[in-house]
Amino acid sequence: MPTKIEKDEISGQMTTGHEWDGLKELNTPLPKWWLYILYATIAFSAVWVVLYPSAPFWEGTTGWTARGALAPQMQAEQARMAPMMARLRDATPEQIAADPELRAFAVAGGRAAFANACAGCHGAGGQGAPGGFPSLADDDWIYGGSFDAIQHTIRHGVRANESDEQRGIQMPAFVQTGMLTRAQAEDTAEFVLGLTGRSTDAAAAQRGEALYAENCASCHGDRGEGNRDMGAPRLNDRIWLYGGDKASVVRSISLSRAGVMPAWQGRLDPATINMLTVYVHALGGGE
Amino acid sequence: MSASTADAAWTRSRSRAAETEYVEGPVKAFAVITLFWGIVGFLVGVVIASQLAWPALNLDLEWTTFGRLRPLHTSAVIFAFGGNALFCTSLYIVQRTSRARLFGGDDMGWFLFWGYQFVIVAAALGYVLGITQGKEYAEPEWYVDLWLTVVWVAYLIAFGGTLIRREEPHIYVANWFFLAFIITVAVLHLGNNVSIPVDLAAGGFSYSAPAGVQGAMIQWWYGHNAVGFFLTAGFLGMMYYIIPKQAERPVYSYRLSIVHFWSLIFLYIWAGPHHLHYTALPDWVQTLGMVFSVMLWMPSWGGMINGIMTLSGAWDKLRTNPGLRFSVTAVGFYGMSTFEGPVMSIKAVNSLSHYTDWTIGHVHSGALGWNGLVTFGALYWLVPVLWRKSRMYSTALISWHFWLATLGIVLYITAMWVSGIMQGLMWRAYDELGFLQYSFVETVAAMHPYYVIRMLGGLMYLSGACLMAWNVFKTITMTEAEEAMPARQAAGSAVAAG
Repeated sequence: MPTKIEKDEISGQMTTGHEWDGLKELNTPLPKWWLYILYATIAFSAVWVVLYPSAPFWEGTTGWTARGALAPQMQAEQARMAPMMARLRDATPEQIAADPELRAFAVAGGRAAFANACAGCHGAGGQGAPGGFPSLADDDWIYGGSFDAIQHTIRHGVRANESDEQRGIQMPAFVQTGMLTRAQAEDTAEFVLGLTGRSTDAAAAQRGEALYAENCASCHGDRGEGNRDMGAPRLNDRIWLYGGDKASVVRSISLSRAGVMPAWQGRLDPATINMLTVYVHALGGGE
Repeated sequence: MSASTADAAWTRSRSRAAETEYVEGPVKAFAVITLFWGIVGFLVGVVIASQLAWPALNLDLEWTTFGRLRPLHTSAVIFAFGGNALFCTSLYIVQRTSRARLFGGDDMGWFLFWGYQFVIVAAALGYVLGITQGKEYAEPEWYVDLWLTVVWVAYLIAFGGTLIRREEPHIYVANWFFLAFIITVAVLHLGNNVSIPVDLAAGGFSYSAPAGVQGAMIQWWYGHNAVGFFLTAGFLGMMYYIIPKQAERPVYSYRLSIVHFWSLIFLYIWAGPHHLHYTALPDWVQTLGMVFSVMLWMPSWGGMINGIMTLSGAWDKLRTNPGLRFSVTAVGFYGMSTFEGPVMSIKAVNSLSHYTDWTIGHVHSGALGWNGLVTFGALYWLVPVLWRKSRMYSTALISWHFWLATLGIVLYITAMWVSGIMQGLMWRAYDELGFLQYSFVETVAAMHPYYVIRMLGGLMYLSGACLMAWNVFKTITMTEAEEAMPARQAAGSAVAAG
């Protein structure tokens, strides 16, 4: 098709003289502002690649590196905290809790460490979660709520096989290993429910009493009062790690339960473990 | 005078003669399937947005978890909705602007149609069943990749062949963009999917050939240019035909189109490293990723200027042509997100925005605002043309769609800006003693209300698309008697009938 340059009446610009399916183009010059900003971004980039690393052989005149920029900030922050962290490392949790300045620092730092390391299982406020994640905000302790007991649990963990001093003795899987029949497990569960007045089958509970005395009492206590040395939870309150309905109790007896918590010693520094101890102790149930 | 009249008459007769020979069946099929996949993709988007607000909606079934539905959503909207829209418009436009029948004819058109749908279905089934390469926007395993390669090479042959047999002396600007899109996507696809199959039994599981930071670099060279060439260059091609058609005005500046085309093509391909700021990627690569992104600002805006300024002298058409409203608003969102992109690539900004919802908001202002709206605008123009109708069934429904979509986008992106910036600030917040102020889960809890707003925005966008599907269905099935009646007008745009 012949080239036919026309003048567009509305804009006053000439067309390029080409046409495609009725479409034409104006030959408007590049907008000045557009061109100047384009040049400006190119100029900015040209300067930037001189100032900063921009090739395997060019480290930039500023000497900037991402790691190099972070390091002084981290060092300054660590230096600022260092005196306090040293005191927290050398003090016992009792001493920290007794000193208002140390205690305020430890609770703030413990909260941050807890949010990072513990909240995933124990909840953001230490409220715990169904399925074996104990609440740390009440006074129903499995291994004890004193500073020492809390710190021991944090350091050595529970059944993680990461420390010789770890918490947690394995409860037998009574039905799975043939120590009890399924019916006996149900009777035992009925007795356990009776400890909190929730048994609905008196005959079964009575049959379960002897089974309980024979199989469970040595750890959980004659009346379900629990045993912190063994880490055997109380059964005569209404706080349940794995659910307190009959089916859950039967499952616990039949197949056992074995929650695991990592040993934080070696993962967290001693000052942070001290802060965590004080923080958890302060959540509500410290002894 | 008589010479030019004769020219015009000659042109008209030529185009009329050629019109009957154009391949249109597959183009129509691509138009319909674009809407179908669009609704599927938007719906899955609403579902996963709801899952983020209410995690119970994961249903505890492996097939319906967020992790599997999220790639289903992204692939459905980018490759199924966007891809079919690009096939539809590019195959229509290249024939008209070249005055040439599609190379390969109807058979080629139908092969592309069914071949591409097979890619989509195979990819989608794989996602739900848990088969993935684990590369964002390139999740399908090697056997789907190989089949897509066959389809894509056929696409290149069909498109390039049509251009070669064109009867116009010059190649129209829309076709430059389409050709750049087709060629570069082929290169990206082949480059990023080099993998070693190891287990044919487990869904053809494969390992990526490049590993570690090299693998990440190649992935984001691909990922960024999927945005650059699939979602930008391809859709600019669509824009360069549809807006002048809707506005009935010449393209604003041929010179600008040349300069912004080549600068865009040259600069985009280097900008990928900005996806990997502050990672194991060497600092010097990050610097390059940032400066190339900054330089991309004006080349991107060249397309916006050419789109919007093409309306000079035709702004009144916005009142009477709601389809044009979509196209122009799309170009506005395009301008906004192509400014936001370079800003976010600046390392100081990126250190706040990276990994936050801000990125999600940015992507959606581009995807919903630019790609979605420009596609709707194109289809509202194209559907009556393809099915030989004088108009769309209902103008009022188009207006409803426009406002639902636009307000939905505004809800979506403002929610994500607030949520993302809040998230970034919470992550970096320290208390006066030097400890982190917030845990991760506290940031998640704080984002909940914005997740709900985002879901509502998506729901509005989906509702608009459903109105469109109904409107398109009624247009296609409209009888001549119905067509003769005046179109139903929206209250605000009743001026048209006159």
